[in-house]
Amino acid sequence: MTQRLVVIGNGMAGARTVEEILARNGDFTVTMFGDEPYGNYNRIMLSNLLAGVETEEGIFLNDLAWYSENGITLNAGVKVERIDAKKKLVHDSNGVATPYDKLIIATGSYSWTPPMKNVHNPKRGYHQGVFAFRTLDDTRGMIRYARDHERAVVIGGGLLGLEAARGLQNHVSQVTLLHAMGHLMERQLDPKAGQMLQASVEGKLGIKVITNAMTTEILGKDRVTGVKLADGTVIECDVVVIAAGIRPNTEMVANSGLPVERGIVVDDQMRVQGEQDIYSVGECAQHRGNLYGLVAPLWDQAKVLADHITGRNPDAAYHGSKLSTKLKVAGIDVASMGLIAPETDDDEVVVYNEPKKGVYKQLIIRDDVLVGAVLVGDNSKAASLIQAFDRGTALPEERAGLIFDIGGPAGEVSPAEMADDAQVCNCNGVSKGAICGAVSSGCKTVSGVMDKTRAGKGCGTCKPLVQRIVEWANGGAVEEDPAASWYVPGVPMPKPELMAAIRQYELKSVSAVFDKLVPGGQHDAKSKMGLASLLKMMWADQYEDERDARFINDRVHGNIQKDGTFSVVPQMKGGVTTPAELKRIAEVAEKYRVPMVKLTGGQRIDLLGVPKEQLPAMWADLDMPSGYAYAKSFRTVKTCVGSDFCRFGVGDSTALGIAIEERYQGLEGPGKMKLAVTGCPRNCAEAYVKDLGVVAIDGGKWEIYVGGAAGAHIRKGDLLTTVDSAEEVIKLTGRFLQYYRENANWLERTYAFVPRIGIDRIREIVVEDSDGIAEALDAAVEEAVQAYKDPWKERAEPVTPGQFRTSLPLTVLPQVPVRA
Amino acid sequence: MTITTASSTPTVLGPVADIPLGEGRTYAVDGDMIAVFRLRDGSLRAVSAVCPHKGGPLADGQIDNSIVVCPLHLFAWDLATGCSQSGQAPIDVYPVREDDGQILLGE
Ligand SMILES: Cc1cc2nc3c(=O)[nH]c(=O)nc-3n(C[C@H](O)[C@H](O)[C@H](O)COP(=O)(O)OP(=O)(O)OC[C@H]3O[C@@H](n4cnc5c(N)ncnc54)[C@H](O)[C@@H]3O)c2cc1C
Ligand code: SF4
Ligand code: SF4
Ligand code: FES
Repeated sequence: MTQRLVVIGNGMAGARTVEEILARNGDFTVTMFGDEPYGNYNRIMLSNLLAGVETEEGIFLNDLAWYSENGITLNAGVKVERIDAKKKLVHDSNGVATPYDKLIIATGSYSWTPPMKNVHNPKRGYHQGVFAFRTLDDTRGMIRYARDHERAVVIGGGLLGLEAARGLQNHVSQVTLLHAMGHLMERQLDPKAGQMLQASVEGKLGIKVITNAMTTEILGKDRVTGVKLADGTVIECDVVVIAAGIRPNTEMVANSGLPVERGIVVDDQMRVQGEQDIYSVGECAQHRGNLYGLVAPLWDQAKVLADHITGRNPDAAYHGSKLSTKLKVAGIDVASMGLIAPETDDDEVVVYNEPKKGVYKQLIIRDDVLVGAVLVGDNSKAASLIQAFDRGTALPEERAGLIFDIGGPAGEVSPAEMADDAQVCNCNGVSKGAICGAVSSGCKTVSGVMDKTRAGKGCGTCKPLVQRIVEWANGGAVEEDPAASWYVPGVPMPKPELMAAIRQYELKSVSAVFDKLVPGGQHDAKSKMGLASLLKMMWADQYEDERDARFINDRVHGNIQKDGTFSVVPQMKGGVTTPAELKRIAEVAEKYRVPMVKLTGGQRIDLLGVPKEQLPAMWADLDMPSGYAYAKSFRTVKTCVGSDFCRFGVGDSTALGIAIEERYQGLEGPGKMKLAVTGCPRNCAEAYVKDLGVVAIDGGKWEIYVGGAAGAHIRKGDLLTTVDSAEEVIKLTGRFLQYYRENANWLERTYAFVPRIGIDRIREIVVEDSDGIAEALDAAVEEAVQAYKDPWKERAEPVTPGQFRTSLPLTVLPQVPVRA
Repeated sequence: MTITTASSTPTVLGPVADIPLGEGRTYAVDGDMIAVFRLRDGSLRAVSAVCPHKGGPLADGQIDNSIVVCPLHLFAWDLATGCSQSGQAPIDVYPVREDDGQILLGE
């Protein structure tokens, strides 16, 4: 008989348990309650969301469609307020009572706030500018607020605090981490390792760390202005993030009369003590006295519960989890398992310490068995140590081999040695067996297996291991996911090799590349545009332009719109125009009955809805150069008023913007390049969120930011350098753009490129010329500048027959509304 | 796949040289709009000019020797069979050939 299953908590454990039950074809009608108004998302990935390396869509595990497809009733945004175990009902915040036959409680934890004066605001909950770091809403609020502020304090030096501090660096310029204990991550690391980590965090990341820092008070009346420590120190700041620990969400359960100690007390079947039909999993559950705050144990619990409740294996039992963590804390490798200090005199301690490199390793061995290990700065041995720790196998005599690769290849565990049920992906609970299963059912590429099993789709640290297992399961045949590393899908080479081959054979046209470099000479429509851009960059005026290699936008020098018409955006350097130009634009717009005249986000005038065949005549009437609003190229330089007129301006941003645009107009690249120059840090031209943004600061200096974005991605640019003159800005702009042009992947915007290479490395190359290529970059960009021709000049002599002939079908297209 | 014949006798659309290598142009034939492409290997293909997805102008799309990619949302269709490579409706395919430098549409 179909039973009614109710699940309280739609977080990682609740949803995972339901997935496991569905996978076992459990005969239930499922109703879920979650007080967050969303489907189910990967809470772990909030760190990545904060750091700007993941989008909101990217962190959802199950969207709303999943629930309906599986016949699950989801009450999102509804809180359960009481459980009536006698009548088998749950009462929710809407006043509805829902009956159940079986109940699962997976309410997780909340973020704990240590006692501090002034942390709460009677009206708002937290004081304005103070955030917890637990939910999607917390993260959104934090990003929104931090964006407009400069200095952040994070309270809590555990894993979460470190992640928060690292993520906040993406939004503010100054981050201080306060930790009440003597060293960072004191639960996972011994003091020496904690200090090593601190040195790395401070030195490599520029996060200031203060230990033994008890925060006693939040300062500020309407919003945060600082925090005060027990010793009286005041740290000024405008954002505070509290990551001081978590407490299980058990109040409602305790109030309903169920057994709660530190967490909800469960037995080995995850059944709440003394209850026949109520279960609990996840962070809220207390099993054999232990609470777990990581996801790996939750997956084990979910499996046991599902086996038991569906009758698949009524005796399935959870015996607790041995905790090990292997992660990148703020970019630094850290692994920890078991004990962090010896407990008996007989415990053997093996330590290796190399402070200069930030490498530290400690093993604790009891009776030849690994009972604890801490690694900082080098995780190459983590997987084999975790395995030894989990299994409790006897260790080899040669202890050094445990922490170093002595001879032999520098490998980790070999897949052959791993047990079938060894968990490879700890985020998604995928075993070696599951990966091998996917391979044997036909998935031969790493990305295919990842899609199918979700292995490696959490924090991603296990990807190399997943790759090795796929290779091994495939009989050692490396079926690399071909296209993954290629520059374009149709030519089997990554960018550097492709460029080398193009140079070697002097391939100057797109079809020459296909003919020479693709086995069988197969042409590929989807690769043409990327190749055209690359060749143009490499050969400048020697490039053999084949028009069919261009996207339609670049064939007719306008942006194609949803109804097949185009938009015309004349150049307007730095956003500056004249009455005469405005008149001309207005007259052209009237003459051609342009349906919409609009200012673009880049301070240009856009004439929208122009039929292709009218483009040449309009360009002639306008008699202005192309404004490049359509190409993967240098687009515009947005400017603010600057020192000419603005009361605050300290630099002539308008003149500099015009000069930059004049020089680099039309420069093509792997993605579009939007720039801005602003006359003071008030940033009216939004230079902090541009591919390259320039900010005038006092003393005649200019700051250059790179890698910013305010589109589908939002990212504050990284400070490349500060220079003394406009000439230096222009020069470094060209050098940076050229470095980007040569090294970015096709369609990789600077907001992805800059973090991938790392701002420090880019600074070394572009500013300090550590690689000795600055001169070459300058020369290459100069050559590109010299090859510039205004494409709108093609109006007089079309390059191909019928270049501007309409392709519009006679059928009625989706009409874009015309505004009066 | 649908093969439709525009008319029983072939229609002359104009000189092949009107279509640059690797590009397409649209022709109106008996009230239908037909996109004719000249592949880089020199052969011709003719398909319906209207993208079945959202009406995009297929002749503005990029091609290789087998597919056309619609310029609006980048879905792709096989130029020989009209089949979509991305789960969309197929496009109509018309017989087309070159005769004495002219494009002939129809059997
Ligand atoms: C930023 C961040 C980074 C992390 N990184 C890692 C990591 O790298 N590795 C790792 O292993 N773990 C990590 N964790 C921990 C991991 O996310 C948790 O262990 C896991 O989410 C716990 O799952 P859960 O289902 O028990 O609780 P949750 O995921 O918190 O789900 C509980 C849900 O129940 C809801 N709920 C509570 N009470 C009620 C009620 N009365 N009615 C209805 N709904 C209710 C809550 O709102 C919540 O949505 C991280 C956590 C955070 C916050
Ligand atoms: S950024 Fe500064 S100089 Fe430019 S307009 Fe704004 S306030 Fe004036
Ligand atoms: S926001 Fe959307 S609609 Fe607006 S210009 Fe960008 S892509 Fe087009
Ligand atoms: S209209 Fe052709 S792909 Fe959308």
